[in-house]
Amino acid sequence: MSAPSLRRRIAIQTQDFVLQTELDDLCQGDAAAGAVTSFVGLVRSWGEGSEALELEHYPGMTERSIDQMIDEAARRFDIRGVCVIHRVGRLTPGDQIVLVAVTSSHRRAAFEACEFLMDWLKTQAPFWKKEITAGVGRWVDAREQDDAALARWGDLPGAVANAHALRD
Amino acid sequence: MKLTVRYFARVREALGPIEHCEWPTGAADAPQTVGDLRTWLAHRSDAHAQVLATDQGLRAAIDQAMCEASQPLHEGAEVAFFPPVTGG
Repeated sequence: MSAPSLRRRIAIQTQDFVLQTELDDLCQGDAAAGAVTSFVGLVRSWGEGSEALELEHYPGMTERSIDQMIDEAARRFDIRGVCVIHRVGRLTPGDQIVLVAVTSSHRRAAFEACEFLMDWLKTQAPFWKKEITAGVGRWVDAREQDDAALARWGDLPGAVANAHALRD
Repeated sequence: MKLTVRYFARVREALGPIEHCEWPTGAADAPQTVGDLRTWLAHRSDAHAQVLATDQGLRAAIDQAMCEASQPLHEGAEVAFFPPVTGG
């Protein structure tokens, strides 16, 4: 069961975020929080001519998927708050693309939950990246190693292997 | 039965973002599952046949939750087809 008092912020947005502001908001007034971890993903250059990433998502399902993954994290780890921000639209190499931040009383839960949430996000949340290279767009392929990263957390309700075909 | 189909990423580029589907209840060839629906949609045009082919490695969702091809359909469902996800 997720703690009713769990702090939760989910944002899908085109604009950038400020890490320190998000961490301050997550910790603000929570005297029992003894740890805060965060992961920030950046748009990495993919070689010569790397121009931009275009990010598409499934409005509604994206928020539901992230909400569900936070519930699961709260069942597994003794955490106090979660903030997930994912940017969409056009981004360029060096831009911040995703933030996952977690607060907990003790460090281990915050470290583990942060990693768990990123593994879920990579393979279960409905986002798609298109790389624009010298003016030409190419949809990014899913990686099987991301499925393997999620699989090490064991059985997950509602999770479906990503890099495999929908079978009839 | 009436339902809504949504497409994303390269599937959306090929077919557009949304289709409304309807067929007579009890029709012999009526799709029963998400996998059946994909096959049914693939008959709509050459573009559908190409992008929805089983070797395209698509994933699906029903009512905004990931699902398998064996997932049964229901009246008013929102079904989506899309490539594997690549966020984060």
